[in-house]
Amino acid sequence: MSITSKGPRRDASRGGAPTPQTTESQTGASLPVFVNKTPNRARWNDAKKKGEPFAFLAPVIVLIGVLMVLPIGIVIGYSLFDNVITNKNPELVGVDNYIEVLTNPTFIAATGNTLVFTGASVVAHLVLGLAFAMLLNTNLLGRFSKAIFRTIFVLPWLFTVAIIAVLWRLLLNPSGVVNFLLSGVGLADQGTEWLSSPELALATVTFINIWAGYPFFMISLLAGLQGIPGELYEAATVDGASWWQRFISVTIPQLRPIIISMLLLDLIWTSQQFALIWLTTGGGPINVTEMLSTFTYKLAFSRYEFALASTSAVIILALSGILAFFYVRHQRARD
Amino acid sequence: MTIAKTPPAVMATNEARPLAIRNSPREKKRRWLRVGAVLLLILGAAFAGGPILWMLSSSFKSNTEIFEYPPRLLTENFSLDAYFSILNDPTKVRFFINSYVVSIAVTLLTLFIAILASYAFSRFEFKGKRIINVVIVSVQAVPPITLLIPYFGLVVGFGLYNTYPGLILTYMVFTLPYAIIMMTGYFNTLPRELDEAVRVDGAGSWTALWRILVPIATPGIVSVGIYTFMIAWNEYLFALTLTRTEDMRTVPIGIQLLMGQHSYEWNEMMAMSILGSIPVVLLFLFFQRYFLGGLVSGSVKS
Repeated sequence: MSITSKGPRRDASRGGAPTPQTTESQTGASLPVFVNKTPNRARWNDAKKKGEPFAFLAPVIVLIGVLMVLPIGIVIGYSLFDNVITNKNPELVGVDNYIEVLTNPTFIAATGNTLVFTGASVVAHLVLGLAFAMLLNTNLLGRFSKAIFRTIFVLPWLFTVAIIAVLWRLLLNPSGVVNFLLSGVGLADQGTEWLSSPELALATVTFINIWAGYPFFMISLLAGLQGIPGELYEAATVDGASWWQRFISVTIPQLRPIIISMLLLDLIWTSQQFALIWLTTGGGPINVTEMLSTFTYKLAFSRYEFALASTSAVIILALSGILAFFYVRHQRARD
Repeated sequence: MTIAKTPPAVMATNEARPLAIRNSPREKKRRWLRVGAVLLLILGAAFAGGPILWMLSSSFKSNTEIFEYPPRLLTENFSLDAYFSILNDPTKVRFFINSYVVSIAVTLLTLFIAILASYAFSRFEFKGKRIINVVIVSVQAVPPITLLIPYFGLVVGFGLYNTYPGLILTYMVFTLPYAIIMMTGYFNTLPRELDEAVRVDGAGSWTALWRILVPIATPGIVSVGIYTFMIAWNEYLFALTLTRTEDMRTVPIGIQLLMGQHSYEWNEMMAMSILGSIPVVLLFLFFQRYFLGGLVSGSVKS
């Protein structure tokens, strides 16, 4: 640029005079090219500016479109047809599949089991997570011992569900270590079938899920606790508030937004749990641990009833959608 | 210097404290509280860590010792046989290779795409921003089982059944929303002036993003990366459904295959569980600080 600008032509243009290539001959007007060009360039810059964020977003939009929006469309479509995939020319049956699934006794049982499993897990995750977080947040421990205990408490969360399932099958084996310890203190009989007795199986898988999931609450709540200004507690103490009163009037209100986010996320995730059930009980014995996810999976990949499975999948999507609605609304309110 | 003037903070050890204060009801109560808290912490540690300890101990036993009565945490015949038999079996090593390939690819691709998207969300105002944002937040709630059936069709249709790309693409649908939300939250905490200064100097947004923002955002990117890796490493449902042959199976499925084969090789399953957990546990331990911070600032405060 500095080299070319030494030339006489450039000097002229810098001086504001039109370059020799004005468009006078074409348009008859005396407008120089530069004046003509400016709005174009501005428009181009403007378009570029407007388009820029979309260029950055393009990969996500394409991926979400192809792998999220399209499949949801497909599954809703499947649910309206008779015997998709296995049949070459499936027939449109409207809501028949929905009636069939919603009146299926196993589906109803699975809904109930999912509710019990999810409700108990989420409440226990919150209670345990909060209790552990508060224990770690006391000033009774040194920094180092706190770090050690925090790492131990996070451990269950670092293991994948498939591994957790196998591990608890070993621990809860009728001749395993849990029965040995519990029968030692008279809490269970030697040989208790935790995972294969119809009375115990649902409670057992719920317990395993509680064990596996509370650290996520603990981590977030611990960060939340550390973010509560100390003055709030001091003020409450000056006012003569007891430990419990401080907990109710300072800790809980301060943690409220985090707790609500976590509860909603956990409700969404726990109600979709598949691997843990599949690898411990497979939904049995006699459906007592059948969840909506395992029910749907079996319909599709054991019985090849893809249309009914799609219907069940759409119903699960709708239920999750309700939870997602509250989650999105809550996140927005916090922003 | 009188006792009354000594600030309490100076009295670090019990011995340094006057007897009157050490035995005051308040101090007594504090000591009991400490004992109670430590007891609870130990109980909690047993609850959280006990099963993991048992997994470790079982992996060092021979299969006949697994259910010996009474059970013992430490076996006299400590052996690494279970580990060797896994590491010497090419099929089982393949599970690990598959898991690493898929998880690393998912992590890198997710980070790249999420950095671009988060930059747009954090630094630009544009039409449709709110809607795209809501879509990305709500996509997190879509149940995997809902997508499973159409994916099965799509993946088979595109010829990606039983391939790495099939798994990688599907995993990204679940890692991207979370990564974008966390990363946008992180970018929002970085002052705009930083990258705007570079853009005023004539560089484009692309340069501003990669030269300025990304290096500063490394802690956030690391935590998002670890989280993404964890999701990919742990995924079960799609790995189960979208692969068929043993040489394409990942670790979570591999452990299940050990369960099905002949008799249960509990010591091998435990050894494989330990080997399969090492990457995530190490990542977590090394980057704990980054990770917990990033997780919280992204997910909870976004």
